[in-house]
Amino acid sequence: MTTTHSAVLRPPAAPGPLEWLRKNLFSTWYNTVLTLLAAWVAVSGVRSILGWVFFTANWSPVAGSLKLFAVGQYPLDQIWRPGAIVLIITLLAGASWRIFGGTVRTFALALALALLVAGLLPVRMNLGLRLWFLANPILTGAGYLAGGLRLVRTRGLAVAWALTFPVTILLLLGFKDSAWLPRVATGVWGGLLLTFLLAVVGITASFPIGVLLALGRRSKLPVVKTMCILFIELVRGVPLVTILFMASIILPLFLPEQIRIDRVLRAMTGMTLFAAAYMAENVRGGLQSIPRGQEEAAKALGLNGFQTMALIVMPQALRAVIPAIVGQFIALFMDTTLAVIVGLVEILAIGRIVLNSRTDWLMLDSEVFLFIAVVFWVFTFSMSYASRRLEAALGVGKR
Amino acid sequence: MSDASEDIIICRDVHKWFDDFHVLRGVSMTIKRGEVVVICGPSGSGKSTFIRTINRLEDHQQGDIIVDGIELTNDIRNIAAIRSEIGMVFQQFNLFPHLTVLSNVTLATIWVRKWSKAKAEENAMQLLERVGIPEQAHKYPGQLSGGQQQRVAIARALAMQPKIMLFDEPTSALDPEMIKEVLDVMVELARSGITMIVVTHEMGFAREVANRIVFFDVGQIIEQNTPDEFFLNPQHERTKLFLSQIL
Ligand SMILES: Nc1ncnc2c1ncn2[C@@H]1O[C@H](COP(=O)(O)OP(=O)(O)O)[C@@H](O)[C@H]1O
Ligand SMILES: [Mg+2]
Repeated sequence: MTTTHSAVLRPPAAPGPLEWLRKNLFSTWYNTVLTLLAAWVAVSGVRSILGWVFFTANWSPVAGSLKLFAVGQYPLDQIWRPGAIVLIITLLAGASWRIFGGTVRTFALALALALLVAGLLPVRMNLGLRLWFLANPILTGAGYLAGGLRLVRTRGLAVAWALTFPVTILLLLGFKDSAWLPRVATGVWGGLLLTFLLAVVGITASFPIGVLLALGRRSKLPVVKTMCILFIELVRGVPLVTILFMASIILPLFLPEQIRIDRVLRAMTGMTLFAAAYMAENVRGGLQSIPRGQEEAAKALGLNGFQTMALIVMPQALRAVIPAIVGQFIALFMDTTLAVIVGLVEILAIGRIVLNSRTDWLMLDSEVFLFIAVVFWVFTFSMSYASRRLEAALGVGKR
Repeated sequence: MSDASEDIIICRDVHKWFDDFHVLRGVSMTIKRGEVVVICGPSGSGKSTFIRTINRLEDHQQGDIIVDGIELTNDIRNIAAIRSEIGMVFQQFNLFPHLTVLSNVTLATIWVRKWSKAKAEENAMQLLERVGIPEQAHKYPGQLSGGQQQRVAIARALAMQPKIMLFDEPTSALDPEMIKEVLDVMVELARSGITMIVVTHEMGFAREVANRIVFFDVGQIIEQNTPDEFFLNPQHERTKLFLSQIL
């Protein structure tokens, strides 16, 4: 042990709340004026909004059309199918909470709590729906417990999440001539369900395609390189609406009669390719930000080209552009509303349908669109929150 | 002619161009097993380019390079074989910032040598011990000082148990008080009998451990000699001028 003569110095104590207020909000006379002004604007703004929300607004078009907003025209007697998918998700969320903790816990808990509260609301609701709401938090709990079992490991969980995807599609689509799972044409899929499908497919498919395009654009093979550049620049030069329009209306004109690609699938393809082109440019930006020395050091150690990319360059490149990538995911999520152009009834289109369905609802567009805006905001905010947590966990920027 | 297996690196009349720029203009050099060679010369004279041709970070367009009996060509298998025999330490460290110190050192043995994680980590800890920073194993490179980072870089290169170590100005990016800790590691390494090529202007180091000093200018070897002769008896005007500038 070493002893020092000087006394151990502690960092100065953090200021108390009063001190903080004085220093930050009331330090000078104009700061004080600004603080009071801002407080007045905030309070009166919030008061009038809350007043409108609770007393003036007429929420009957929203409350009376929740099924439409959730799943569109999906048949009522088959509605257990999307319901079952949500149950699978809350179960897996519970297990992921146990295994990953951190931000995953926040999300699993928020989802379970929201559904629990919905299930406990003192409103008229059919018993099946109420039980379904309540089953979700229970499954999250069950998943959490199951996550503690030896059997369940990170890899198994990843596989389960990946499997959720085809299961979702099969469950929603069903089979021709099946009594249990009759075919439900994609034409009647709608609402938030369709919005989600478009967004999730777009995000999960555009990411790997974008990474490949970015690598292709840097390739030494001229053919690969030219094709990638051509694709990226062509797609980026055209608005999404045009691409959706082409995918839906023009493409079938060129295909033989027998080949008829599903309308939803066409929209998904269009959105995915569109997003992939932008993703490629984001990833390329990340790749360019990694100094050449990294690649050289990896090569000098004897790593091959693939290992160098997968272990050294790509992880750093992606990490550097997480904000841009998530920003793009959010944009994609909101762009799903453009699918209305090609006749898909995602949540925004449902809003219009609802407004037009009864003459006394025609004037209630503020309520309907505010509701839709809040739904979008909840999900986009969750994404950007997750992105910030991911950045913090990976230590972007502090280096 | 000397015994072929005695000569671990043989360069014959190596030329290299960057586009039209003739960087290496006929470099010939033979290095014996266990020899420690220091390369010095003015900035831009092609020292880095030359040692980078030895592990094929740069390709040469004319002449032969034979490392441990393997000729350097575009054959990928030859390149991989040679790279796993040669460790390299860079001026800018080039540690992998997203991996811990320990993972930096185990990376190549796990992925290239296919060692088990346990074996790779044991080997890595021994090397971190050797360069004097075992207690930093679980930190990230960004949390270390320059001197510590460069010692990690040396450990990382040594992990593959290379026969040859290349150093490209390993102390040039360091604050003065950290140069010694890195040089101490390099002196110990030189005495262990490994073959080393070191580009450096640290003449104290050269005097202490080098078997030979090579003076480079405009892509050519101007002269080479034992340290004593090189410092006391430089033959060429350019060498004398260079020495007067750095000593
Ligand atoms: N990748 C490159 N492309 C073009 N010129 C280069 C490249 N690398 C180095 N050079 C040039 O080659 C010459 C020798 O560089 P280098 O080998 O780094 O010299 P030294 O290490 O002796 O300072 C310099 O003039 C430098 O500008
Ligand atoms: Mg150099």
